[in-house]
Amino acid sequence: MTSYLTWRRLPILLAIGVVVFAFVYVLFITTAPTEFGVGDWRTTTFGSAVHDPSNFLKIVLDSITFAAALFIVASGFALIFGLMRVVNMAHGSFYLLAGYIAYEIQQDMTGQGFSLQSSEVNTWEWLVPLAVAAPCIAVVGLFVQQAFLRWNQGQELRQALITIAVSVIIADQIIAHFPRNTSQGQRFGGNAVDLTWPGWTDRFVNLHIGGVQYSLARLVMLGIGVAVGVGLWLWLYRTKTGMIIRAGVDDRQMTSALGINIQKTFAIAFAVGSALAALGAVVWASQSNISSGQDGVWLLNSLVVVIVGGMGSIFGAAAGAILFAFVSNFGASYLPTTGSDCCTQYSSILTFVLIALVLSFRPRGLFGRGT
Amino acid sequence: MSPAWNPAAWTRRQQIERGLVAAVLVLMIVFPATGISAYWSHQILIRTFLFGVAAASLIFLFAYGGMVSLAQTALFGIAGVILGNLATKGGPGGTSKGLHLGWDPTVALVLAIVLTTVIGLIFGAVAARSAGIYFLMITLTYSVIATYTLGQVTKISGFSGIGGINRYTPGWIGNILDHPNRLYYIALGVAVFVYALIRYIVRTPFGLTLQGVRDEPIRMSSLGYNVPLHRTLAFGFAAFIASLAGVLYAWWSGQVAPGNVDLPETINLLVMAVIGGLVRIEGAWLGAFAFILMDNYITSSTHIPGLGFGGTLFGGSFNTIVGVIFLVIVLVSPDGLLGIWGRLFEGRYLIRGRGAPPTIEPTIEAPEASQ
Repeated sequence: MTSYLTWRRLPILLAIGVVVFAFVYVLFITTAPTEFGVGDWRTTTFGSAVHDPSNFLKIVLDSITFAAALFIVASGFALIFGLMRVVNMAHGSFYLLAGYIAYEIQQDMTGQGFSLQSSEVNTWEWLVPLAVAAPCIAVVGLFVQQAFLRWNQGQELRQALITIAVSVIIADQIIAHFPRNTSQGQRFGGNAVDLTWPGWTDRFVNLHIGGVQYSLARLVMLGIGVAVGVGLWLWLYRTKTGMIIRAGVDDRQMTSALGINIQKTFAIAFAVGSALAALGAVVWASQSNISSGQDGVWLLNSLVVVIVGGMGSIFGAAAGAILFAFVSNFGASYLPTTGSDCCTQYSSILTFVLIALVLSFRPRGLFGRGT
Repeated sequence: MSPAWNPAAWTRRQQIERGLVAAVLVLMIVFPATGISAYWSHQILIRTFLFGVAAASLIFLFAYGGMVSLAQTALFGIAGVILGNLATKGGPGGTSKGLHLGWDPTVALVLAIVLTTVIGLIFGAVAARSAGIYFLMITLTYSVIATYTLGQVTKISGFSGIGGINRYTPGWIGNILDHPNRLYYIALGVAVFVYALIRYIVRTPFGLTLQGVRDEPIRMSSLGYNVPLHRTLAFGFAAFIASLAGVLYAWWSGQVAPGNVDLPETINLLVMAVIGGLVRIEGAWLGAFAFILMDNYITSSTHIPGLGFGGTLFGGSFNTIVGVIFLVIVLVSPDGLLGIWGRLFEGRYLIRGRGAPPTIEPTIEAPEASQ
């Protein structure tokens, strides 16, 4: 018994303590503010889950649906990283480019101008931008891979540097060219624009749990995320291409020694991974918006998901996406609000805490394997 | 006289290189006194010295520790923010954000360096069990998290950052606003100090062990060396160097904002290091000089058609050119300008079929024989 409580166990015990405290804090301890801007360490925006289950459920749902968007983007990043060991630093730029391309097409189709209402957009006017943006980005990704990365295989750092250079160029060109048409006819480089969900999603669904009314659009987003997950699973685990990709993740040289054209597989995986960034961009830009600077945000999101989840499997990406989404959403709502500038501002530090906690136990992430 | 200090015992290349370094150093020392150009000494050269110091911390970690750190810019900014919070006083003319503690500038200076080093040790400890491309990803998330934290936490920085830091320099430095040459010589001195310190550290038992950890972590581990500890200490040392650069920057520009540590700035520092050459410390200042020259003269050049925001040269601005130059350097000579210089001596400059293709391969720094 005494040997169990050694100094070596300290980090683990500390980490378990932090996690347990976070749960207890959110579930029972916190209280809602009685007065604006006043409170102590127990005061949070909504109070504890026991006292306010409806808002708690809403944040849980927000986290799950955000995790779906995270998963779509990060699974593309994880696919490329897992198979080719390429840290695609341009993934965020692909995301941003896809968002602006889809926005331009939606604007051209509806012809409504700067800001669209959901009721002005039908299903086709959402699907066609997606159907154009995703292949465009797949082609861009394929070009980058064939032109720059293919002949540098095995040089991980050099490939990362190449994709950084590509991301710098793409980000700058986006600011120079997008958005093209605004209502004033003026161009503001890379300013925020909205993609719009189709009209039928613009309503709230009664979930019959704790009286929660929840946005149908976010549930659609969750559905797309699950569909992508299932589709990827079927592709990777039930088709021949998927089998080759998994073999390539484990042992690239052995796979190609068996006479399999691994270069073709690499090209397919890179195109699919880039297209997933585009799909994620269209989905999340419809929910939120798209603006320059989000390339960095989504590169960070993808990195955190892959670092936490571990590369090499879509389960890692899913687990990382869910953990990261919960930490960032709960941090924004359940950190104390004791004053006008405390403490929800510190929510991004929680991301670092999450990474530190996971890496201290599993240096390769939750589902990471070997080297 | 030991061979290390006897020019006749050096190789031809050492004679040329050391002669060049000595000549450049003498030129830098007399430059402000000649009065050729105050703009050059106060805008270009001071920035070269201080960004070179920051780049040197990055190169040190890669060349001797095998770790590509993108967190150096974040540490650089953290040092500046700490200095700004501690040293500045509020009141008339000092209304910008920050705590405005108004402490003695010398105390603030020491605390900024010490605290940044401690933060670096914490960052390093979390990432130390990872290496290579994982290390790059983890440190990139540090960098982005630091940017968001500084941007969101209005108490210590906020979006606009802290201004007026250059009015609160220690008494033994004096007023650098009226006497910018003092800052010039301090920056030059710090640059020379950092260069000498790194050259010394890599020859100590710690430095040699670190190089062993870089090349053969598993072997070093079975020899009984604590590999994560060495990586952590190296990261802490690099954080110390980055904090020096951060303090110099805060004094030079007077202002530190999240925009100084965001993703583009992080990439800029990496571009400097890569342009100079990731495998030798000298490359830091060479790369910084080349980058700052580009920044100064290409951005404002009227001879290249359509530069500037939304111009006609692909519509891009300065960053497109930086991106293209970075891409070309990574593709042609991943070990940067110093790599080209090195191949000049080995007589295999860019000639196909002769010599090995350029790769990023650090060299082992052996202690010189002492007589």
